[in-house]
Amino acid sequence: MIHWQVIIPLVVFLVLIFGIGIWANRQVMQSNSFLQEYFLGGREMGGFLLAMTMMATYGSAGSFIGGPGVAYNTGLGWVLLAMAQLPAGYFVLMILGKKFAIIARKYQAITLIDFLRERYQSKTVVIVSAVSIILFLFASMAAQWIGGARLIESLTGLNYSAALFIFAGAVLIYVIIGGFRAVALTDAVQGSVMVIGTIILLVATVIAGGGISNIMSDLVAENPNLVSPYGADRSLTPLYVSTFWILIGIGVIGLPQIAVRAMSYKNSKGMHSAIIIGTIALATVMFGMHLIGVLARPVLPGVEIGDKVMPLLTLKVLPPYLAGIVLAAPMAAIMSTVNALLILVSSTVVKDIYLNYIKPTASDAQIKKASFYVTTVIGIAVVLVALRPPDLLIWLNLFAFGGLESVFLWPVIFGLYWKTGNKYGAIASMIIGITSYIYIDQIMPSVLGMHTVTLPIILSLVAFVVVSLLTKDKVNTGK
Amino acid sequence: MNDKRFKIAHREAIIGVILVIINFSIWFGFAYGMGSGDPSSYTYVLGFPAWFFYSCIAGTIFMVILIVFVIKFLFTEVPFDDDEESEHK
Repeated sequence: MIHWQVIIPLVVFLVLIFGIGIWANRQVMQSNSFLQEYFLGGREMGGFLLAMTMMATYGSAGSFIGGPGVAYNTGLGWVLLAMAQLPAGYFVLMILGKKFAIIARKYQAITLIDFLRERYQSKTVVIVSAVSIILFLFASMAAQWIGGARLIESLTGLNYSAALFIFAGAVLIYVIIGGFRAVALTDAVQGSVMVIGTIILLVATVIAGGGISNIMSDLVAENPNLVSPYGADRSLTPLYVSTFWILIGIGVIGLPQIAVRAMSYKNSKGMHSAIIIGTIALATVMFGMHLIGVLARPVLPGVEIGDKVMPLLTLKVLPPYLAGIVLAAPMAAIMSTVNALLILVSSTVVKDIYLNYIKPTASDAQIKKASFYVTTVIGIAVVLVALRPPDLLIWLNLFAFGGLESVFLWPVIFGLYWKTGNKYGAIASMIIGITSYIYIDQIMPSVLGMHTVTLPIILSLVAFVVVSLLTKDKVNTGK
Repeated sequence: MNDKRFKIAHREAIIGVILVIINFSIWFGFAYGMGSGDPSSYTYVLGFPAWFFYSCIAGTIFMVILIVFVIKFLFTEVPFDDDEESEHK
């Protein structure tokens, strides 16, 4: 059952993405500051690019495949939960904002870790940061890779391994040759595809269901809790929902793949328009996709595997050529997340480890070679892991989210806004954040009904403040 | 480090925090304020349950308008490079 009319728009989409990669490669080759160009796109992003790359990096397989599937089974409560992500569109840029952009330029920082190293002057901070970025983002890359391969598998009927190689091959090539600029430019295309695909599918689903009122009464007839904020089984308590807000709404500041974008834009005008465009795009995608999941229930009853709701629904309510465009959206979401993670992990290895500690005297040619080489090796390693995938895609994803947030949130925020904050505070905060997160996740995932990430974030905050104050006199010698 | 641009940056970060608190209050307040009753006795707006309409649809549109307003009237453009700054003052 190969739907050629569906596949053709997907192929056109891939070709376009490749073209961008090749074009960006020319820029990389011509640039006289290879590192800044390859890992940061030369700090030249304008408003639209910045908005789209933030939104597309943030919106992942979870938003297009996993999320609608959960919404299908949970009801409007899950859309409510998804809307907690709205602040991600404006909060990060407003909080990190101009100060981060100015200081990053002052420090000539290319990675988030560059900023932390300059700010805290500590090797331990760098190592802990690098290790957590590599571990967590490797895991979430694998999860996204798996999502992408599953999607191709279900659309084309190819087996999983073949689908994985096609998907991985497509992404790896343009990221390796084009660097951050290719990532940001393709994100703009992918982000637009995500927004357009969401709108088309939402409209088609509402029509197929006979209008909103009709769909809502079908849902009430099945189970009134589907239209309540508590979810189908009433498990979404106000406390859980409000603490979930911390994880997916405001904790996003602690995600390195998002934070690094907050130092890659050209000027404050770009940042201003990015906040507006980004918020609108993010709101459209998050609201639209999750609502689609709920509306799908009466339109397409009895889907057992949540991840299949979105692809099956698309094929049912849309003519094939439109289905192809809409199904390019999750593909775009996955690619745009993976490409950001890949370039970030690569920059961590090359810039923060290789150049800092292994070979500080590397020549430009050596750096170039190392960058291409490292990006390739990491990309291939993720594919190998994804060949025998662990099962829980969303869990892996959220684990990485929460883990990174508990490590980076406070060192980044206090690094910018609190002078007394020092390296001891940062190290304590990072280590307590991560160990308590893993511990709580393993032992008692929802302490007192709160989301797992809540306590680690509070604990790492306390650790940062207390330790910084206690060691206040120790670090005065530095400055 | 007492850059005059940082004053602007700090002010805007505080605005960000205020916005996020407003955002949370609308989102959470309408959802559990209006939605905690018995689901079969909900009132509906444009086909959606009222809590959902106000919390997720009207609330989101309100936030977007508020953000546009804040950016246009309260945010200031500043140069990012140090040398540009030194030319100004």
